[in-house]
Amino acid sequence: MDKIRTLTGPIIPLERSNVDTDQIIPAVFLKRVTKTGYDDALFHSWRQDPTFVLNQEPYRHGGVLVVGHDFGTGSSREHAVWALRDFGITAVLGPRFGEIFRGNAGKQGLLVGQISESAMEALWAVAKANPGEPVTVDLEARTATAGGVTHDFQIDDYTRWRLLEGLDDIALTLRDEDAITAFEANRPAWMPTTQPVREGTA
Amino acid sequence: MAKTLAEKVWDAHVVRKGDGEGANAQPDLLFIDLHLVHEVTSPQAFEGLRLAGRKLRRPDLTIATEDHNTPTLAIDKPIADLTSRTQIETLRNNCKEFGVRLHSLGDAEQGIVHVVGPQLGLTQPGMTVVCGDSHTSTHGAFGALAMGIGTSEVEHVMATQTLSLKPFKTMAINVEGTLRPGVTAKDIILAVIAKIGTGGGAGYVFEYRGSAIRALSIEGRMTICNMSIEAGARAGMVAPDETTFAYVKDKPHAPKGADWDAALEYWRTLPTDDDAVFDNEITIDADLLEPFVTWGTNPGQGASLSGVVPDPASFDDPNDRAAAERALEYMDLAPGTKLKEIPVDTVFIGSCTNSRMEDLTAAADIIRGQKKADGVRVMVVPGSARVRLEAEAAGLDKVFKDFGAEWRFAGCSMCLGMNPDQLAPGERCASTSNRNFEGRQGKGGRTHLVSPLVAAATAIRGTLSSPWDLQAQDLQAQSQNAQDTQHGQQSEEA
Repeated sequence: MDKIRTLTGPIIPLERSNVDTDQIIPAVFLKRVTKTGYDDALFHSWRQDPTFVLNQEPYRHGGVLVVGHDFGTGSSREHAVWALRDFGITAVLGPRFGEIFRGNAGKQGLLVGQISESAMEALWAVAKANPGEPVTVDLEARTATAGGVTHDFQIDDYTRWRLLEGLDDIALTLRDEDAITAFEANRPAWMPTTQPVREGTA
Repeated sequence: MAKTLAEKVWDAHVVRKGDGEGANAQPDLLFIDLHLVHEVTSPQAFEGLRLAGRKLRRPDLTIATEDHNTPTLAIDKPIADLTSRTQIETLRNNCKEFGVRLHSLGDAEQGIVHVVGPQLGLTQPGMTVVCGDSHTSTHGAFGALAMGIGTSEVEHVMATQTLSLKPFKTMAINVEGTLRPGVTAKDIILAVIAKIGTGGGAGYVFEYRGSAIRALSIEGRMTICNMSIEAGARAGMVAPDETTFAYVKDKPHAPKGADWDAALEYWRTLPTDDDAVFDNEITIDADLLEPFVTWGTNPGQGASLSGVVPDPASFDDPNDRAAAERALEYMDLAPGTKLKEIPVDTVFIGSCTNSRMEDLTAAADIIRGQKKADGVRVMVVPGSARVRLEAEAAGLDKVFKDFGAEWRFAGCSMCLGMNPDQLAPGERCASTSNRNFEGRQGKGGRTHLVSPLVAAATAIRGTLSSPWDLQAQDLQAQSQNAQDTQHGQQSEEA
């Protein structure tokens, strides 16, 4: 995963709340076995409408998506993150997110920052007044600056650290392999396995 | 210190405590007791293992089935859609390569992953259960901490049998009182989500408590825990009790002999301590609940079936108002319309929310001896091949077919419309599934979430209906139908 410090791109105002992952990518696009090539599937239904924001210049080539509350709710499909990334979305800022979506984003190097409702309104206003106006997202400082105004965003310490360092989650965990092995040795023997069940004896 | 159920299960699975605060503070690393795998969210994870040269750490704690993308007709034929077929074949190859037990189409244990785990007895109290599917919360009905995860985490669990998890907050959902006949677990959870909203559970693990929850079967509790995610919660749980133990006992993977006694002793320690404190709490009065239905495009947009489509102007929050306006436009509904006057084109009974024996039996009991409304398509999709077999042994397939319903093979089916079971644009559906999102059941399709009882009553009348509506005019028709059927049988015998 690439290290992230700062990201700059046009503010893409998606002025909707409750955007579930079925909207971000419908289930019919989940049949593939690859991790890339989902850019055309992103917001597939809404993109049939020529007036949809991602069909407009200067938003057609990606940027920083600023969304309403409860973005990424519903299904756990990580395809939602892959589709955003494939389209060129580098960060998503909004007041509240579906938690599985936020977790998936953190694993895949898509920065998801939580901003206040007033910061959301302010960023939308900047984009509307001056379409294409860039926002600079500073992960180190946890700020988003646009139109000369700086807003704070929240991201948990651990995800921020991993994104700053570009760390592989599995490699990090495997540093604790001894602890995993020790834990396994102490699990009760009656706990189920997917193999045929054993006959418990006194 | 007094602990809640969720905290006890969490604490029993900490492999390594998170270290400290500050910039690189690590969260707790938790051991995962059971990893459920299906075809849609696993191929990229298996591929990740292969590319990194990593092994699947615990194939013996991993089980796979085919559900999301499988056909519910002609399952003995090759899958027509080539992309779907490739995805299923990829799962089969991956399971073979990594040594994972797989229940394929045609196997009696194939079916929706959240139906299969419990019916095999693999889901037990006090466990940590994960799956690359948000409805993994279903397994919380047993007092397990069960969470949906993304594909990166699927790969992480495959490689390490652990997950790094951020701390959670606890919310008690107290449901006190007695449900009236015709009101079910589905109505409880739809009412909970309508009350707290789709984001109201963010950061929380729910514990469903109170006399109305204790009175529910395990299957009803699964329905409730299943939809915890629709309120944004990370998981939903019910403390294990005698109902739980009776359900698990003698299931294929339940502990046997002295193991059973040891397990039971541990499980009895799991319920929340009397003096434990929840971070948040809500209360629902079960006595007042009515059959519920959603009118909008998220599961929080619901109302009692006796009510009307709300006016967006009645919402104080501008976000809610805008969402309601958009939803009514998509759903093609006018404010003030009586919910019971909304006609449907399709009735879908199925999904990990409501596709178990109790659900099918309840629906069958309502429609027995009746005919479906003209022009309404009724699809019944059992949750697993085993449920289908049990239902057929009980004669339910005949009840559904006589009614005019389609009796399908097991899978996720029209809940998410990934296979050919989809709504056409503009088609309106009363569905026992869990999500009424735009296009969820097929592009342009319109979904009303309901209980199996409401689905059955709706299939009879053709408009959104509760079993209560049947009592006046339809019971008369029902007894007439029953007489006709009896006569018919007699004449056949003669």
